Amino acid sequence: MALLQISEPGKSTDPHNRKLTIGIDLGTTNSLVASVISGEAKILEDNNYRLIPSRVLYEQDQILVGNDIPSHAVSIINSVKRLIGKKKDDINANDIALDLADSNDIFIQTPQGFKSPIQVSSDILKKLKKIASDYFGDEIYGAVITVPAYFNEGQRQATKEAAKLAGIDVLRLINEPTAAAYAYGLDTKKEGVFVVYDLGGGTFDISILQFNQGVFEVIATNGNSSLGGDDFDQIIKNYLINKYQLNSQGLEEQAHLNLIAKYIKEKLSSQNTFNETIKFNNQNYQIDISLSEIEESFIPLVDKTIQCVKNALNDANLSIDEIDGVIMVGGSTRMPTIQNHMKQFFNQDLLNDLNPDEVVAIGAARQAFVLSGQAVDDDTLLLDVTPLSLGIETMGDLVERIIPRNSTIPIAKAQEFTTYKDGQTMMKIHVVQGEREKVSENRSLGEFVVKDIPPMPAGAAKIKVTFQVDADSLLTVSAEEQTTGTKTSIEIKPSYSINENEIRKMLEDSFTNAEDDKKFRSLAELIIDANQILELTEKALHNDQQLLSDHEKTTIEKCMNNLKSEITKKNPSKIKQVTDELNNASMSFAQKRMDRSIHSALTGKNINEINK
Amino acid sequence: MAVTLTKKAADRVEKYLASRGKGIGLKLGVKTTGCSGMAYTLEFLDEPNPEDQVFESFDIKIFVDPKSLVYIDGTELDFAREGLNEGFKFNNPNVKDECGCGESFTV
Repeated sequence: MALLQISEPGKSTDPHNRKLTIGIDLGTTNSLVASVISGEAKILEDNNYRLIPSRVLYEQDQILVGNDIPSHAVSIINSVKRLIGKKKDDINANDIALDLADSNDIFIQTPQGFKSPIQVSSDILKKLKKIASDYFGDEIYGAVITVPAYFNEGQRQATKEAAKLAGIDVLRLINEPTAAAYAYGLDTKKEGVFVVYDLGGGTFDISILQFNQGVFEVIATNGNSSLGGDDFDQIIKNYLINKYQLNSQGLEEQAHLNLIAKYIKEKLSSQNTFNETIKFNNQNYQIDISLSEIEESFIPLVDKTIQCVKNALNDANLSIDEIDGVIMVGGSTRMPTIQNHMKQFFNQDLLNDLNPDEVVAIGAARQAFVLSGQAVDDDTLLLDVTPLSLGIETMGDLVERIIPRNSTIPIAKAQEFTTYKDGQTMMKIHVVQGEREKVSENRSLGEFVVKDIPPMPAGAAKIKVTFQVDADSLLTVSAEEQTTGTKTSIEIKPSYSINENEIRKMLEDSFTNAEDDKKFRSLAELIIDANQILELTEKALHNDQQLLSDHEKTTIEKCMNNLKSEITKKNPSKIKQVTDELNNASMSFAQKRMDRSIHSALTGKNINEINK
Repeated sequence: MAVTLTKKAADRVEKYLASRGKGIGLKLGVKTTGCSGMAYTLEFLDEPNPEDQVFESFDIKIFVDPKSLVYIDGTELDFAREGLNEGFKFNNPNVKDECGCGESFTV
């Protein structure tokens, strides 16, 4: 069976209607996808990888993305985010070692033809969407995608187009720093000014956010698009080469050293010294580096970031003591050198207890959850609720509840109903209020009739019934016949002439009679099924009895009579048993009818006609 | 009879409640909808209703309104993994029929 997640109070979704939402951090170097599952934002992994490199490899017959790309591959498209939504005039073509088509629009040549940055981004997004839909085993309802705060309208539009191309419904694009603020729950605060310090692999962004009346506004941005964690790796690499006299001539050696440097940087983020034997050029080196001996050389880079922070504060006309919080984003912010300098600069503790690589995706996932209406924000607790369930009468004197009790209003819910008999042209919509299964034990609020339903076989007509309760508790029930679009409706004030005590009593009755109601419903459902089978069998006998031997016919008729008499006796297990008997008795009859209609559909036609 | 959790489910609920930062337990129930009669509901609970029945399993409080209880009495809530997906599973002795997806059922 399907696996369920825990919903927020009152937010359980209907089966097949689960709103699976995701947050996507579409990064320059790496991307992530996350989702809120049982109240907890969680990174969805791609074969145990949490980070999906934002790189695409087009081959003749396939497209590989992220971790699927073999390490030795060449012609990989990297950092396409730097190109999205841009024209050739906007970029310095010398910076990008790619084949570009000869127009002002940017196209990248691949074995699958020219690809626009939007197409490349959409292939990354497709991969992220697939990770999520594979995880849930279900379709994704919608996504929140993050973009840098400095993205202009064109870049945002291009990101949306990429999502559309990937088949993703974008609930909203939000700024990366805003997502980080959501992840830290800063949207639950009254108001404040926050700095987001985002040091990625190759880019540095600083954003100042103002949270006011429930909205985050970016009031200043600054940064350096060619400063990132990689620059710190370079410093360590050069230090290694000098200290251990390493030969770093070839490209391969350079690449290997980059990896070693990154590894050392990560180690020195959680410990003060690095002492390990490293294999390089088939030789073992005992590497001993302390944080203190190398920290000095990081200072110029840290100062560069501080200059950006100062510029942003200047633009926003803010002084350091007006900052209410500083959020650290990006893996490189784990480095103690950066942590210490920022703490000192802002003169306060940093918001750094979430994983800085994941904080943007986590915030996006939370926001997607909220935007799809699955979160309970504390304000809604003050809103009015429906004191009793609202529903309509269906076959068998049963109530189908459309709006459950304790739903916050305003609310609108729709459900489709169909006809019970062949050629049925009218349907009564009887609106009731209460918790009991039997119509007569609920309050009747009113009724109306849907007329002029086009004659169709039973079950083919579609009548969409919508219940809408507005903020003043006014209930509007409308029914729309889907083929003709004819709409009929009534307005009712459900709270009219009912007081607290009566509501209380109706609730208590439903609790004390729960067991009886359950029996009533299951019996009613059995009888509906039984009657439907009787009717179908009768119709079939009427049309096709020549297909049956006398013996078969007698058996079926005997079963039918048995069932008719059991229905009047109302013993559920007997009804079930005799219904099954009738089903079994008429099985070969149904088979013969099926064979015959296939036969008549195919006879006298040649194979080409059938294939049409 | 009662509604219970497996140890695995209880551990998960405890973890989820902790990360949510509020809530006094789980609320289990049914609603009449879906392709096969009834559907389960599984929610965090912040404020109990006076009529709710309360069960306790591995220190987790489980609240069920009396109307739902007749459909799910005896249920054991498990936490399972299917492929990549993981989540909660109702082992409900009252169920006669399930729709293919298992999200709704008849008794």
